[in-house]
Amino acid sequence: MPPTAPEGGEVQIIASGWRLALREFLSNRLAVVGLVVIVFFVLFCFVGPLVYHTNQSLTNPLITDLAPGAGHPLGTDDNGFDELGRIMAGGQTALEIGFFASFIATVIGTLWGAISGLAGGIVDGVLMRAVDILLSIPYLLIVLVLATKYSATVFDESLIIGLFAWLVPARLVRGEVLTLRERDFVSAARVMGSSRARLVVRHLIPNALSVVIVNVTFQIADAILILAYLGFLGFGLQYPAASWGDMLGNAQQYVSSGYWWLVYPVGGCLVVVVLACNLVGDALRDAFDVRLRRR
Amino acid sequence: MTGYIIRRLAVAVIVTIGIAVISFLMLHYLSPSPVYTVLGAKTSPAAAAAWNRSHGFDRPEPAQLITYLGQLVRLHFGYSYKLGQSVSALFKENAGRSAYLTGAALLLSLIVAIPLGIAQAVRRNSLGDYTATAINFTLYSMPSFFLGLILIQLFALDLNIFPPTVSDSVTTTWQAFTHPLQLTLPIVTLAAINVASFSRYMRSSALDNLAQDYIRLARAKGLSERAVLFRHLLRNACLPMITLIGLSIPSLLAGNLLIEVLFNYPGLGLLFYNALGTEDYNILLAYTVLGGILTVLGNLTADVAITVADPRVRL
Repeated sequence: MPPTAPEGGEVQIIASGWRLALREFLSNRLAVVGLVVIVFFVLFCFVGPLVYHTNQSLTNPLITDLAPGAGHPLGTDDNGFDELGRIMAGGQTALEIGFFASFIATVIGTLWGAISGLAGGIVDGVLMRAVDILLSIPYLLIVLVLATKYSATVFDESLIIGLFAWLVPARLVRGEVLTLRERDFVSAARVMGSSRARLVVRHLIPNALSVVIVNVTFQIADAILILAYLGFLGFGLQYPAASWGDMLGNAQQYVSSGYWWLVYPVGGCLVVVVLACNLVGDALRDAFDVRLRRR
Repeated sequence: MTGYIIRRLAVAVIVTIGIAVISFLMLHYLSPSPVYTVLGAKTSPAAAAAWNRSHGFDRPEPAQLITYLGQLVRLHFGYSYKLGQSVSALFKENAGRSAYLTGAALLLSLIVAIPLGIAQAVRRNSLGDYTATAINFTLYSMPSFFLGLILIQLFALDLNIFPPTVSDSVTTTWQAFTHPLQLTLPIVTLAAINVASFSRYMRSSALDNLAQDYIRLARAKGLSERAVLFRHLLRNACLPMITLIGLSIPSLLAGNLLIEVLFNYPGLGLLFYNALGTEDYNILLAYTVLGGILTVLGNLTADVAITVADPRVRL
């Protein structure tokens, strides 16, 4: 008698979690708009200057504070720099610092949180109390104090912004690791003799990645905002470099002098980019939620 | 309950000591001694060394740190060599005005955000809800000083209703209190930024509560919608706000700093900002530590208050 084939349904390929999340993300119209805005600004700031050539290093006292008109679509600022070109240049530094600072914060935070969650016990206690303490120091105050000495270069500003921004991702990743390490696949990996390092790098971090990715978008938004505060308060990049925040350093005088073109275009860019990052972050969080629900 | 509070207080003390240690070491690294502020930039190295020795700035860092912590326990925040006054006196002078600005803005933002969040939840997915969400989201993504600039442009320069900055004649807390026209724009700006984050939480909290059985019961009893919302929903939906306010101290301090600088309003934020410019490190250190202590107290108060307000929260 021939053996009967085992009963079973049709074999299906289950859509991977990432693909589900991507589909959910793309169905969110606001998120797609946010993403398009971010891509647009990256192109505008990094490719724009290749097309629209302006002088952004030598002041020209003959053409200061010109209103928008022929030759200068957004006018000129008080050093005679073309404002449109300046917005591109300032956007470059703002985006660079936003990305770099959030990169620093994410790398430190992810490692710190993963180690803390995995080690448990005293190590976890000590690492998390350190996070509690640092998180209790008001972020803007401590960044401003450091900015009195270190704010001249893109690297310095990224560092001082990122150095105190890793605390929230550290907490998030630790929480995620605490739930992940009880899962069967982690036990399986451990039984198979995975080293701790392998467990963290190959199993825990990839699975905690969704939390991290959502946080990165908010980190970028926050970093660009903090950078704007630093610039407004006068702790900007070394002249003639500038970020969007630095360009708003004299905004009060511009407003009372009626130089609207030196305030609203650059401020508008700032708000739109931060808004876009927040929209994308919210949508990513919803998208990954869906992935978890269907799993 | 008492045991819980004692345990939390113990943790709070440890965290506070940690804040003081980290802030001190960081500031000490940036500026080991105020000698050149006191004696002038052209002081000879020998005179500077002698001054450092007589004022204890030549001792090893741990010893200076312990002295500092000892002073902190007795609420001595150090001395501002630039302004020739003790930091405590400067804080005492400015704290009232900052508290008034921040307190009034916080109150105003709650008065707006709580009804707004509930209204959005009741009429969810309506045009009004979408509009409010869009405005809130934009404000949330906007640097507070930029919103302030827009309001200055509109209401001070174009319409000429309010002054663009707080007048120099406002020097005492009482004057700030009795000159509402001067303080309107700063308070409204700060409040608007708070509304943006508060009403989001309020809306989702009200949504959660609207789906609960007790609301269905209240409606089934035949209560008017008004009674359902104001007698039953309001109090329960406001509970998360307690935690939110407790956790918002750092952002309140940040907002306070930026608004005081923008409107030239003399308070702790402006004092801190001026100290940044003159590198008056004792003020910077004191305000950072004070901000840390307020943050710890805010968390602690919120956690205790929520257990008092919500009997379901067990310790």
